[in-house]
Amino acid sequence: MSLTTDRLEMGPVAGSASAHSGTALADPSAPLSGVPYAGLPDPGLPAPRPRIGLATRRSRRDRLAELAAQKTAAGAGWAIVVILAGVLVFLLVQGWPALAAGADDLPAHASDFWTLAGPLAFGSLWASALALSLAAPIAIAVALAITQYAPRRLRTALGGAIDLLAAVPSVVYGLWGLMTVAPLLARVYPWLTAHLGWLPFFAGQPSASGRTILTAAIILALMVVPIMAAVCREVFVRAPASSAEAAYALGATRWETIRLAVLPFARSGIISGAMLGLGRALGETMAVAMVLSPTPFLVTFHLVESSNPNTVAAFIAQTFPEAHGLETSALIALGLILFALTFAVNAAARRVAARAAGK
Amino acid sequence: MSELAITGFSASYGSFRAVADVGLTIAARAVTAFIGPSGCGKSTLLRSINRLHETVPGATVSGTVTLGGEDLYGRAVDPVEVRRRVGMVFQRPNPFPGLSIRDNVLAGVKLRRHRLAKAAADNLVEVSLRAANLWDEVKDRLGKSGTSLSGGQQQRLCIARAIAVEPAVLLMDEPCSALDPLSTLAIEDLMASLRQDYTVVIVTHNMQQAARISDATAFFSTDGPRQPGRLIEYGPTTTIFSRPAEQATADYIAGRFG
Amino acid sequence: MSTQAPAPDQMSLSTSALLPTPAAAPDQTSAPAFAFAQVAMSASSHVPAHAAASPGGRVFPALTGARPAWRRRFANRFAAIVAAAGCLAALIPLGFLLAAVVSRGAARFDLAFITQTMRGVIGAGGGALHAIVGTVFITAATICFSVPLGLAAAIYLVEYGRGKLARTVTFLVDVMTGIPSIVAGLFAYALLSLLLGPGVRSGLAGALALSLLMTPVVIRASEEMLRLVPDDLREAACALGVGKHRVITQVILPTALSGLVSAVMLGVARIVGETAPLLLVAGFTDSMNLNLADGRMATLPVYIYSQWQNKGLDAAAYDNRAWTAALLLIGFVLILNLLARLAGRLFAPGAKRHARAS
Repeated sequence: MSLTTDRLEMGPVAGSASAHSGTALADPSAPLSGVPYAGLPDPGLPAPRPRIGLATRRSRRDRLAELAAQKTAAGAGWAIVVILAGVLVFLLVQGWPALAAGADDLPAHASDFWTLAGPLAFGSLWASALALSLAAPIAIAVALAITQYAPRRLRTALGGAIDLLAAVPSVVYGLWGLMTVAPLLARVYPWLTAHLGWLPFFAGQPSASGRTILTAAIILALMVVPIMAAVCREVFVRAPASSAEAAYALGATRWETIRLAVLPFARSGIISGAMLGLGRALGETMAVAMVLSPTPFLVTFHLVESSNPNTVAAFIAQTFPEAHGLETSALIALGLILFALTFAVNAAARRVAARAAGK
Repeated sequence: MSELAITGFSASYGSFRAVADVGLTIAARAVTAFIGPSGCGKSTLLRSINRLHETVPGATVSGTVTLGGEDLYGRAVDPVEVRRRVGMVFQRPNPFPGLSIRDNVLAGVKLRRHRLAKAAADNLVEVSLRAANLWDEVKDRLGKSGTSLSGGQQQRLCIARAIAVEPAVLLMDEPCSALDPLSTLAIEDLMASLRQDYTVVIVTHNMQQAARISDATAFFSTDGPRQPGRLIEYGPTTTIFSRPAEQATADYIAGRFG
Repeated sequence: MSTQAPAPDQMSLSTSALLPTPAAAPDQTSAPAFAFAQVAMSASSHVPAHAAASPGGRVFPALTGARPAWRRRFANRFAAIVAAAGCLAALIPLGFLLAAVVSRGAARFDLAFITQTMRGVIGAGGGALHAIVGTVFITAATICFSVPLGLAAAIYLVEYGRGKLARTVTFLVDVMTGIPSIVAGLFAYALLSLLLGPGVRSGLAGALALSLLMTPVVIRASEEMLRLVPDDLREAACALGVGKHRVITQVILPTALSGLVSAVMLGVARIVGETAPLLLVAGFTDSMNLNLADGRMATLPVYIYSQWQNKGLDAAAYDNRAWTAALLLIGFVLILNLLARLAGRLFAPGAKRHARAS
């Protein structure tokens, strides 16, 4: 049994260890470092049991296992680094040739790569901005309702329902948007052009199918709300309770308390959540690819016409299955642009969040 | 043989030096108390004795700590083995949740993958729990969860758990500060009996406790916040409490600061 | 801002009332103390000092001095209504979506749908067995890639990670979380076409792409769970003279087990509905393919897309199949989310109980 053998091993190891230390202090009553020490009364007990052999007690296998575990964990860390570097390298290598390609080789017969990429990048940014401007107020209202207004029991249910929005697969959003929402909105759009047509956004001939960029943006907004609401909920909860109490103690109403003691602390959190939502909207593919009926190379701010700009992600998904050769390269290069865009947006979100956390 | 000798010892967290230039010899089979105001580095020094200090990111040490003549910080020394020889009991009782009382006592042995026959395990559980003055209270419910016990019982369970791996030294970091007076009394009684087998080092904020249970007392203090802790005075408890050599010790014991 | 005249459309008003303007952002990054001073000042500006200092709980007429009380009450009520309206704006579409999926998916929710493939089917009939099997296969392969890697990386970050590598990995995991799913598909394609030649389509390629999306979710979620394990336990085990690998495998992982299960399920829920990367690299087929390494493999999300995209003459039959597949897919995802929550809840009370006891 291990517990009894422990005491039997001694000898050479102990000798080497104490020789190494070189400072064996035999006399406990010797004063050290100038500290006065008067010595202890002898408790009158027999000498303690010897316990020696620090250097070799654990089996070599156990120590190797410990080392192996550490190396494995660090290896996983390195693997993440390698994988991300790989993503960048492979996309660059495969996408690079497209930058020099001409009209015969590019998708949609674009005259050069940037003619193709420019309008698509515009479409992505425009659709995401629209989606965000719809989603942001809803997300903030939802987060306020959950953290400030709802009774405790309703909070979990409400939060769960909002999280459900995030769980619905994007292809299902696409199907629903295309088959249910678009026909519904097609009946609203003529009314919009008739009454709000003086606004440039709603000018032009309204789409009969309803598959416009506004429809796509509404679907995107539904997908963005849960993400932004989650971030907002977190920062609203984190607002110091003492400030809210101070505001209440001064006679503020609930809304005044929120405005004075919750929102100011949450401002950067809200911005960071909005950016994360923007990143999600930029990268969203299927819902847009299915809902939107695009026109190549179009750049327009009109929201409800039947000709609409396309987004980068949707264009890739629509074109890739039939693409080959340099067309594929062009799509990969477009993917790289999308990656760069979302990375920039997410990095900005992180910066804002970090600044909020640091203050 | 299992006396602890600390020489020229300093410990830091990153650039902050928590303990500077401490030297003292801790007698075997006695209770030694570390006292001093908060932030004087006594807990850091305690955690350096079983090399737990270095598990904190950025923590470093210099100087030597020897146990029975062996350098605990020697190059060939496995810190895991040091911790096995130098047991520790923490401020807050921390039995493993989800483990029974019995399994908590055996945790140290089992985690090290030592095979133990049932009879030997039973024996070890009983011996350890008896040594921790807990056997009579829990012998009928060894299968119950360790967290079902009261705070004081949990702390004694943690002591039993530490004893079960047969350390030479027991470090106790304010073991009673989270306990009620009755549980504290039980732990203090226990320490009096532990002294017969172990080198016990206890950090305490409670000077009455130090006076009651310890054979020797070391007083630590600092020159101010963010200043390293230093050993001011060390000697038999009776001397420290009745005729301290340093004015700072006298002031602290009289309650004038800290 | 709350004193605006009520607009016909509450939605647009809630926009102007609540949306933080980016221009105002820099001011708000100042110290909390400053923000608090604002609170105190602006609150007291319409609550005279003597009112706050007066004894008793009575309402003082002075409260109505600076601003008419009805205005404040109106603003208060109005804000609550806007918050409720925001919830409805999110929940009503969700209700309609679920209702549409259930009602339109019911048409083909039959045994044939989960026992037949689309091989040789033109028009009505057929099923999605091949797509269900494909989803199960690809998801299983993705789990095999992501869970060991994600778990090991999370353990690295929580238990070992210090210094530069840990900071880099944390940053890169953030980057990975933000990778658009279609870019993950392009990556898998670019990698495999370099290795195996262009035009490659296989279930394994799909799993590779999905791993890129699932791994960061697993890392983040398990990191969170591992950090919930109290440090007390780590130190207690460490102080017993137990090697770090044993502390991790015998104490930390078992303590966090149900939390880790929930992390994995969250990861699966994240990828099981992914369409774009699979459309790119796993492709679509009408027949069963049981070989992950070779040939196109159908999956449930891509099945939905292709039923809509490649409609035959009997368009309604294709639409019905798409809706039924959507119903199945949403069912999968919801069950996974529910299980993840349940598993997470199993873990959380244990951690809390321990924290309270100690």
